[in-house]
Amino acid sequence: MTDLHLWLIPLVPVAGFLVNGLFGRRFPKALVTAVAIVAAAVPMLQVASIVYRFSSLTRPFIESHGTWIAAGAFHASFAFQLDQLSMVMLCVVTGVGFLIHVYSIGYMGEEEGYWRFFAYMNLFLFFMLTLVLSANFLLMFVGWEGVGLASYLLIGFYYTRDSASNAGKKAFLYNRVGDVGFLLAMFLLIAHFGTLNFSDVFGAIGSNPAMHGGILTAIGLLLLLGAVGKSAQIPLYVWLPDAMEGPTPVSALIHAATMVTAGVYMIARAHIIYDRSAIALLTVASIGTATALLAATMGMMQNDIKRVLAYSTVSQLGYMFLGCGVAAYSAGVFHLVTHAFFKALLFLAAGSVIHTLGGEQDMRAMGGLRTKIPVTFWTMTAAVFAISGFPPLCGFVSKDEILYQAFVHSEAGKVFWAVGLLTAGLTSFYMFRLWYMTFFGESRAVAYEEAAVHARHDTKLTLEAEHAHHVHESPKSMLVPMTILAILCVIAGGLGWPEGLGGTNWFSHFLAPAVSGAHLQYEPVRVALATGGIGASATNQAPAPANNLEIILAIVSTLVALSGWCAAHLMYYKRRDLPARLTARFHAIYSLVFNKYWVDEIYGALVVAPVLFIARWVLAALVDRGVIDGGGLLAGCTAQGFGSLAARIQSGNIRSYAGWLAAFAALLLVAVYFGWTTHFGIR
Amino acid sequence: MVPISWYLILSAILFSIGVAAFLIKRNIITVFMSIELMLNAVNLTFVAFAQQWHVISGQIFVFFVMVVAAAESAVGLAIIIAVFRARSTLNVDQVDVMKL
Repeated sequence: MTDLHLWLIPLVPVAGFLVNGLFGRRFPKALVTAVAIVAAAVPMLQVASIVYRFSSLTRPFIESHGTWIAAGAFHASFAFQLDQLSMVMLCVVTGVGFLIHVYSIGYMGEEEGYWRFFAYMNLFLFFMLTLVLSANFLLMFVGWEGVGLASYLLIGFYYTRDSASNAGKKAFLYNRVGDVGFLLAMFLLIAHFGTLNFSDVFGAIGSNPAMHGGILTAIGLLLLLGAVGKSAQIPLYVWLPDAMEGPTPVSALIHAATMVTAGVYMIARAHIIYDRSAIALLTVASIGTATALLAATMGMMQNDIKRVLAYSTVSQLGYMFLGCGVAAYSAGVFHLVTHAFFKALLFLAAGSVIHTLGGEQDMRAMGGLRTKIPVTFWTMTAAVFAISGFPPLCGFVSKDEILYQAFVHSEAGKVFWAVGLLTAGLTSFYMFRLWYMTFFGESRAVAYEEAAVHARHDTKLTLEAEHAHHVHESPKSMLVPMTILAILCVIAGGLGWPEGLGGTNWFSHFLAPAVSGAHLQYEPVRVALATGGIGASATNQAPAPANNLEIILAIVSTLVALSGWCAAHLMYYKRRDLPARLTARFHAIYSLVFNKYWVDEIYGALVVAPVLFIARWVLAALVDRGVIDGGGLLAGCTAQGFGSLAARIQSGNIRSYAGWLAAFAALLLVAVYFGWTTHFGIR
Repeated sequence: MVPISWYLILSAILFSIGVAAFLIKRNIITVFMSIELMLNAVNLTFVAFAQQWHVISGQIFVFFVMVVAAAESAVGLAIIIAVFRARSTLNVDQVDVMKL
């Protein structure tokens, strides 16, 4: 076991970052590409080999590389932990990360700062892998902050564009709010357990069955605040749609597949804390459900193809939170995995569409692309069907598992299930809306070309290029990753096909040792996964008898997805005039949703404006200019005043100098004569 | 034997005359002479005390003072000539450019 060399996994990307970041400007493009791809491929191969050899790990493997902080009784070390949960995350991060690196070769090929892009991407991989590999909260926090940094850099990649750099700052600041929670949770952990190591903290809680609520609720809620910031949940979700200012591969990798799922990973990692606190768990589920619904409604009205996907990401992350919130951690993590596949694919396909249209992101300017870019169309179709929840694609399996777990969890769970089902319908609706608007109907690109030339100043391609642009399929380096992801979308569902539908739910059994708390209750016999690799443990499972309830729920949710499709078909394919008439009819609701419930504006009025007011008038005007500048000014003026008084002594007149000298010498003489100076040690 | 207080009183009178002349006189030569007067008043004190306590160092000190005074008057007179050449005056009140 000791030859795993887990440290290599994050360190290879950081080497790529250093090479490209320091010398990339002078490198030829091919060399930059080679460095970045190798730096992404090596960790993937290593992870593949580790998973192949150690998938049957029963206890977490911890690899320590020396002490980082030793302060009194508190120790933190550079320690990496390998268990089923981190294996799953490693597979997702390195696998999807590698595919998106390959995709970026094509997508970013013509961009300024090609080397900078790949340097940042490698930096992101480094921090993300640190996050999922760390064996204590502190090192995890390093990764947590680092992915925020990489996200900031990549959102603001087109830094000459004001909106992009503002979006970067917004993302960073919203993440800060969440980080406060994470930090406070760590302080509480140190205060109560004296350590931040996962194994020690969870061991201490596990060995003390009486420990419930109280401090664990506080820790759980504070960790949740961190997760909410990172995973863009209510109330901190508003940064994610703006983060779409970054290049599309970034949206796919960071803001869909990996970084934003870090919150879900953290909750699954700290599941023992949540298992012991009903309040924290309920809060997780409530936030997840509310976010899922709200983001889905907002996604229905967006016209920017990437923003639709952004709101969809927020909504799907809500599902993952819901899964974790009903203590079905493996379902939440499974949705994380499938979501990484289909949402990354959706973004990559959207990127391919945008690339094809020369930077156009407005869906109203698309249409009729089905025959022109068939590969993009078919891969995107797979993803759309997957996210909408049509069996047997992967989205159906994971989403249904979450909904089923919510349904059987408790009475409150039935409410979550109902809202989740409604959200599933909305999801299906807006995804098919996107599908129809992009690929069907007549092409509106030409009509928009003229308008685009006048209206858009921020396209990354020059206007001349846009004029000369012909609609054509994207290069192979983009299509191959998309195809691979599409295949994964189709087959990944098999990994977690629920037992109630005649499957084995291999995934949840695989994950059970890492997130076992919830499973202990209704799975008395946890099959030991000690034997063999992936295939062997799957065949060890005898298929459970089909569960009627699960079948019924699956049929219901499939019907809901179907109805969403039908509605979209009706409104955006059959009768194009219907949306306009509906918006005219329900104008109030439409403008409420179209303006995203004015959440940004409310935050602006409630938080940003007071903060700006305090910053401008209290801190800048009063404290900075008044107290600090004033203090300096006062000290200066005092010195100057005394100086100008003293300067009058220096008259240049030698007789006045002599006079002063004589006068003070006489004074000294008198003082000595009367003994006044003895106190000062002068005799 | 003349008591030491007489020497000291004489020395004080000479020194005071020197100070007063330094403060009152405007002619740079006279100012220079008043400095010499103060130096010699101090020399008188040194010698008087040396005689009183039978210590030779006071007398030696006087030699040093005389040597330094000689050197100083050489330099000082040179400065005075330079000032006179530059400003055509020997009035110290008109030589006051060294100020803020």
